[in-house]
Amino acid sequence: MNNLIKGKKSDWEIVIGLEIHAQVKSNSKLFSSSPTKFGSSPNSQVSLVDAAMPGMLPVINEYCIKQAVKTGLGLEAKINQYSVFDRKNYFYADLPQGYQISQYKNPIVGEGKVTIDFRDGSSKDIRIVRLHLEQDAGKSMHDQNPTKTYVDLNRSGVALMEIVSEPDLRSSEETALYITKIRTILMYLDTCDGNMQEGSLRADVNISVRKPGDNYGTRCEIKNLNSIKFIKQAIEYEARRQIEIIEDGGTIEQNTLLFNTQSGKTKPMRSKEEAHDYRYFPDPDLLPLNLENNFIEKIRREIPLLPDQRKVKYINELKLSNYDSSVLIAEKEVSDYFDSVFEIHEELKDSSKLVANWITSELFSILKKNEINILQSPISSDYLGQLILLIKTNKISGKIAKDVFEEMFINKKSPKDIVEEKGLIQVTDIDEIESIIDQILETNTDKLKDYKSGKTKLLGYFIGQAMKISKGKANPKILNEILLKKLT
Amino acid sequence: MDFISIKETADKLKNKKISITELSNIFIDRINKNANLNAYIYFDEDNINHQISSLFHQESLLNGIPLAIKDLFCTKNMPTTAASKILKNFKPTYESFVTQKLLNEGSIFLGKTNCDEFAMGSANTTSYFGNVVNPLSTKKIPLVPGGSSGGSAAAVAAGLCLGATGTDTGGSIRQPASFCGIVGIKPTYGLCSRWGIVAFASSLDQAGIFTNCVDDAAILMESIAGYDNKDSTSANIEIPNYYKSINNDLSGKTVGIPFEYNISGIPEEISIIWEEAIKTLEKGGVKIKKISLPHTKYALPTYYIIAPAEASSNLARYDGVKYGFRSEKNESLDEMYEMTRKEGFGKEVKRRILIGTYVLSAGYYDAYYLKAQKVRKLIANDFINSFQECDFILTPTTPSAAFPIGEKEDDPIKMYLNDIFTVPASLAGIPGISIPYGKSKEGLPLGIQILSKHFDEQTLFNVASYLERNNE
Amino acid sequence: MKIDKKTTLKIAKLSRIKIEDEEVDELSAQLSSIVDWVEKLNEVNTDNVEPLSNVSMAKLPLRKDVEDLNDKSEEVLSNAPDKLENYYAVPKVVE
Repeated sequence: MNNLIKGKKSDWEIVIGLEIHAQVKSNSKLFSSSPTKFGSSPNSQVSLVDAAMPGMLPVINEYCIKQAVKTGLGLEAKINQYSVFDRKNYFYADLPQGYQISQYKNPIVGEGKVTIDFRDGSSKDIRIVRLHLEQDAGKSMHDQNPTKTYVDLNRSGVALMEIVSEPDLRSSEETALYITKIRTILMYLDTCDGNMQEGSLRADVNISVRKPGDNYGTRCEIKNLNSIKFIKQAIEYEARRQIEIIEDGGTIEQNTLLFNTQSGKTKPMRSKEEAHDYRYFPDPDLLPLNLENNFIEKIRREIPLLPDQRKVKYINELKLSNYDSSVLIAEKEVSDYFDSVFEIHEELKDSSKLVANWITSELFSILKKNEINILQSPISSDYLGQLILLIKTNKISGKIAKDVFEEMFINKKSPKDIVEEKGLIQVTDIDEIESIIDQILETNTDKLKDYKSGKTKLLGYFIGQAMKISKGKANPKILNEILLKKLT
Repeated sequence: MDFISIKETADKLKNKKISITELSNIFIDRINKNANLNAYIYFDEDNINHQISSLFHQESLLNGIPLAIKDLFCTKNMPTTAASKILKNFKPTYESFVTQKLLNEGSIFLGKTNCDEFAMGSANTTSYFGNVVNPLSTKKIPLVPGGSSGGSAAAVAAGLCLGATGTDTGGSIRQPASFCGIVGIKPTYGLCSRWGIVAFASSLDQAGIFTNCVDDAAILMESIAGYDNKDSTSANIEIPNYYKSINNDLSGKTVGIPFEYNISGIPEEISIIWEEAIKTLEKGGVKIKKISLPHTKYALPTYYIIAPAEASSNLARYDGVKYGFRSEKNESLDEMYEMTRKEGFGKEVKRRILIGTYVLSAGYYDAYYLKAQKVRKLIANDFINSFQECDFILTPTTPSAAFPIGEKEDDPIKMYLNDIFTVPASLAGIPGISIPYGKSKEGLPLGIQILSKHFDEQTLFNVASYLERNNE
Repeated sequence: MKIDKKTTLKIAKLSRIKIEDEEVDELSAQLSSIVDWVEKLNEVNTDNVEPLSNVSMAKLPLRKDVEDLNDKSEEVLSNAPDKLENYYAVPKVVE
């Protein structure tokens, strides 16, 4: 795939690496027992430890460690049995301790990888350098007062997993696919809720440009992007900016940048004039973390089938297309729902395409219309399976099924009940269909004459009439066959 | 009635020879009369009376016993300043683990004692609230009480309380105990919880005790020691009955006499008391073994890299945002930080923060901090190895008796050398006790230090008790 | 001198402590002599020695993931030099 951008003078390659910050899904913070819920009233989820009161000490949350290990396993990464928590020292209003507890030289997770899939069916591995645990910072509000900044420490101390990639990405599209994939995996693992609007998942983008074949150029870091749309925009803007500078004879200054979503431009962060010297050293309030093998293996056993593995299964075992499989695995809840249809109704396995279509077109559209997600669906996977079985066994037509489906959504009844109540069972009895056809042909003799003299389009009319009389219940295939026979 | 020991006083209270109120009033009176010592930063009679009136009777020994608390411990009902301007008006809403334990046994806190600012000092001359005067000073020559826990030591020595808490990071209990002629003990690192104690150097800080006699030290140590799940460096072990288990029979034990503590230039009187203590132990059936702690001379430089480094990070939270002093010069966030910390911290604290920042900074971490942690390992190993050959180690506590206030102020390093005998044990995390032993030429108290293996405080009490009883 | 004026000012900036011009020289001298003194450690051979970052011999204690639902906003803000409603207030930061 050619990702090169055309500059004024030559072609350029963009080189991108991502540092993703994913909030760990846990009840309490990494080093204190405060809750982690989003959107609570200011400073209501702040303990003495979070507020960095004198004499306070950190105690690590076991569950956050498990979540980090689980994530590492999901990223096919090496779990480091020995890891150390270090202090990263700097001053900022939302950093009450004056240091962040993070991991520097000995992170909990080492090298791994993630595969991104392109529309054309090809894929690419993006290498992961490491994953480490660290504290999130609080929030500062700069725009509420002309001379003051207000600080809310609710988020301070929430556990973050920082996932660092190698600079293997080459376009904004690849970057979007990568971050989407990471997000999906984390949500499958239930180690992060993936809510980018609430800041559960954010990314710093490291970007440089070079002529193909050259060494890496000087990179800039765009900080704190929390939407895929903005990530793409920022990359595209920054790449152009860097190319323009170089082609005009300038050099790129290594800078930390912010992306202005209004203007669509990047600009250097003013507060970072001098290079930060974080003076990392092991936190003397914490001992190194040593993980036993069986601790790790126990977590490994808990891991559900991940998106890539499910996709392989759908393609190989259920014979679905790459495209359909991709749509189904995009969200774990959808994939779980899809899987459970077959768990309950094994006989539908050879109608997997039909099931897939019902979910991705009919179900998705009615869910969207009602602004709910699949977990809230009034139609269970069991009932959907039952409905599809009714179609498969010719009890109802596909068209009738759609009506039943809507009824199921509103009344939550089973398809069988609805069909019976409304007497929607398809008419497949040949004699009955024949007699309906005979009835139509008898009462439409001039139309019959027209048809016989060449107006073959009138077939549709006869079918429509037959459907009307049978109240839609005539099996279309049989109807068609017999009608054609009678018309010749 | 005289009140020197906790044990005797507890008996008097129990036998109703005196009431808790009467007892406290005696100490309140003494404190008022000795305000010139400047031992207390916070002292409020109403506060004491309130404590007494809300006291639930405990069966414990400490019920009603008046103690003093170093102003480094966060106390709910008394301000906590760390002897610094930057925490001048800080009122914690929480009680430190150690002081809560004392309160749970019914002790009365007479007030918060003065100390060196953020526990950084060896003479109690860096406090924002002024110097503490050693009660053994003459009117003409005020002497230092030692530091950093100078106020607690002075308070115990002057009879302004029956016991006091202190903290010891490099000798801040043992050294002032020696200068003031009282007992001071620093336990094994991790024996006492650090939760609620203003942090100076996290891998070295330990809460400890000042008392008039060894028995009292054992009683108080039992009270304050113990596991705290809020401190990740807290040791999860059972605390022995130190007091009841004191055993003065040392026959068959071996004492290690470290060669490297024979420092040239040390006053003769120090060597004399050391020799006397050794002889006294011999009389008690103790075998004498010359041992070597080869890395001793590197202990001070090691300490003065590690402690400031940790302090520079621990003190970053004093930024004028959440609590404490904030400078009026605060046009921008950075200006607020810089001016708050310039105005709020004293000279020694600033010096140490700067050194600490320097040794951790880019390009220097390996050469200083990492190097120091490696030498620390060697120092710790020296002790571990020597305890294969002996049961405890005996050394002088300080290289001199208390000196006049104002001396050694011209060069920070001169001040640091006060801790030459106490710092190695801090680096290794082993416990140490200082008891008064002998006098200097000027008649000032000197101290002898006993060191033992990790979590072997019992040996310290045993040996200290024996020496106390057999002291000429 | 090991720590010159420029270095002293740089460290002071990192530590967020304002040093006045009058103070710099004396401070640089004191810091330099301390650093010279601690460099004594270079005499020690520490090849193959593991650093001792904590004397505690225990394992890192792990805490169960149970949240404490008590709202402590009043408590944690009680000592704040400047606040508004339930926020800490600081001089404005310009990004």
